[in-house]
Amino acid sequence: MNGFQQYFYDLAQEYPRWNFIFFYDPTQSDRVIQGLWMTLELSVICVILSVVIGILGAWLQGAPSKTVRIIVQGYIQFFRNTPPLVQLLFFYFALGQFTPTYSPDGWLEVPIISNVGWAIISLSFFAGAFNVEIFRAGIESVPESTQEAAEALCMNRAQIFRYVVFPLAFRVSLPALNNNLVNLVKTTTQALAIAVPELLYQMISIYNDYSTAQYACMLVLFVAYIVLVGILVFGMNHWERKIKVPGYGN
Amino acid sequence: MTTHNWTPDQPLISIRDVHKSFGDLEVLKGITLDVRQGEVICIIGPSGSGKSTLIRCINALNPINSGSIKVEGQEVNDPKLDKLALRKKVGMVFQQYNLFPHKTALENIMMAPVKVLNEPVDEVEQRARKLMKRVNLIGKEDAYPGELSGGQQQRVAIARSLAMNPDVILFDEVTAALDPETVNEVLLAIKDLAQDGMTCILVTHEMGFAREVADHIYFTDRGVIVEHGPPATFFTEASDPRTQEFLSQIL
Ligand SMILES: Nc1ncnc2c1ncn2[C@@H]1O[C@H](COP(=O)(O)OP(=O)(O)OP(=O)(O)O)[C@@H](O)[C@H]1O
Ligand SMILES: [Mg+2]
Repeated sequence: MNGFQQYFYDLAQEYPRWNFIFFYDPTQSDRVIQGLWMTLELSVICVILSVVIGILGAWLQGAPSKTVRIIVQGYIQFFRNTPPLVQLLFFYFALGQFTPTYSPDGWLEVPIISNVGWAIISLSFFAGAFNVEIFRAGIESVPESTQEAAEALCMNRAQIFRYVVFPLAFRVSLPALNNNLVNLVKTTTQALAIAVPELLYQMISIYNDYSTAQYACMLVLFVAYIVLVGILVFGMNHWERKIKVPGYGN
Repeated sequence: MTTHNWTPDQPLISIRDVHKSFGDLEVLKGITLDVRQGEVICIIGPSGSGKSTLIRCINALNPINSGSIKVEGQEVNDPKLDKLALRKKVGMVFQQYNLFPHKTALENIMMAPVKVLNEPVDEVEQRARKLMKRVNLIGKEDAYPGELSGGQQQRVAIARSLAMNPDVILFDEVTAALDPETVNEVLLAIKDLAQDGMTCILVTHEMGFAREVADHIYFTDRGVIVEHGPPATFFTEASDPRTQEFLSQIL
C-alpha cells in the first residue's frame, strides 16, 4: 500500500463509517472507474444523440406534411409526459423482448441491443423530446422577414434552415438546452433500473457488499456529479459566449 | 430549363391583369404594367394599397390568384415555376434590411453566391469587397449588422442583393425605416445603380427621389393603378382626384 491507500485504510479502521474502500482496495476502485466511464459514455452519447434528435425534430416540425408534424408532436407528448424511469423499463423489458438475437459463440443467444443500448436509446429520446421543444422555441424567435430575405436570395428550405434559421435559433436555445442537458446527465443514474453498470449502480453494489462504505460512496457520488455537471455547464457557458454575436440577443 | 423566346427588346417584366387576394380581401384588382430593361419605375400610393404585395408577387414570395407575371418570358404564375431560377434574376431589398444578424457584412454578401450558387469563395469575396466599396462601406466588412446604423445595414442589403448579379431589383420602401439623416446615403446607392443601367422597381414615398430617378411613376390605390406617367408629366398633370389628394399630402 502506498501512503494514499494507507491513509484511507487507517481512516476506515479508526472511523468505520468512513470506509473509503475504493481508495485502498484495487477491486473496488476498478468498479468505481468502470462506473465513471459508463456514466461518461452514457452522458456523452445521449447528449449528442438527444441534440441530433432535437434538431431533426424541430426541422420536421416545420415540414409541410401534417402527418409528419403530428408524429413529431406525438413523440414529444409521449416522452415529455411520462417518467423517464418508466420509459427505460418499457424499452428494455417490453421492446427488448422483440429485438433479434445473435450468437457470438454459437451457443449463447445475445440480443443485438444490450441494456446499455436500450438506456442510450431511451434516454436520448427522453431528452430529445425536450430538445425539440427548446429548438422550436428558438426557431420561432427567428423573424419571418429574415427567412424571407434568404428566400429572396434563392435559398431553398433546407438551406434557409441550415444557414439562417438554425444558427440564430441555436443561440437563443442555448440556455434552455444547457438546463436540459444537465438534467439528462443526472437522469443517466436511472439506467441502474435496467442494470446498466454506471456510477450509481457501482456505488450501490459497493456499499451492498461493504455496508461501512455507504457514506463514502454517497460523498463520492455527489462530488462526481458536481464535477461532471460542472464541466458540462462550464463548456456550455463558454460556447454560449463564443458564438455570441455583437448586437444580437441580450 | 425551357427557353421562353425572350429577347431584350421585349419588356423584362410584363404584368398582365394580376389579381391577388388574402382570404376574402382582394388586394390587387387587375394590375397591368411593363418594365423594360434598364428602366427604373416607382410605385407610389397610400398605405394598404397593395404596393408591397405587388412586388412580392414578382419574385413569387406571394402567389397570385389570376393574371400573368412574366420575368424575361418566364411565367411566375405557373405551378411548375422554378422559384430559385426566378429569384436568381430578381433581387429584393426590404424595408427592415433583414440582414443575417449572425454574419458580418461581408459574410452577408457572400452567403448566397457561395452556398446557393456554389461559386468559388475567393471570387465571391473579391466581388463582395468591390460591392462594399460601391455602396461606400469600406472598413465595415467585418462588422455585424448589430454594429451598423440602419443606413449602413440597408446598403449592405443592397450589396447582398447585387452579389447575385440579378437582372432587376425590387426595393420595398427601403428608406422608410431610416433616420432622415441616413436616407440620403441609401438613395445615393440606388441612384448609382439606376444610372448604371440596373432595372429597378421601387416602392417609395420619396417623391423628390422618384422625380429624379424614375423613368415611369405608377400611382396605386386600393389595388388598382389609378394613374401613371413619366415624372415630368406625372407630378404636374395628375388628373385623378385621388392622386392629387395623395400628392398634396406628401409633397
Ligand atoms: N400576408 C398577408 N395576409 C393577409 N393580408 C395581408 C397580407 N399581406 C398584406 N395584407 C393586406 O393586404 C393589403 C395590402 O398590403 P400591402 O402591404 O401590399 O400594402 P402597401 O401598399 O405595401 O402598404 P404600406 O405602404 O403600408 O407598406 C393590406 O390591407 C394588408 O393588410
Ligand atoms: Mg408595403
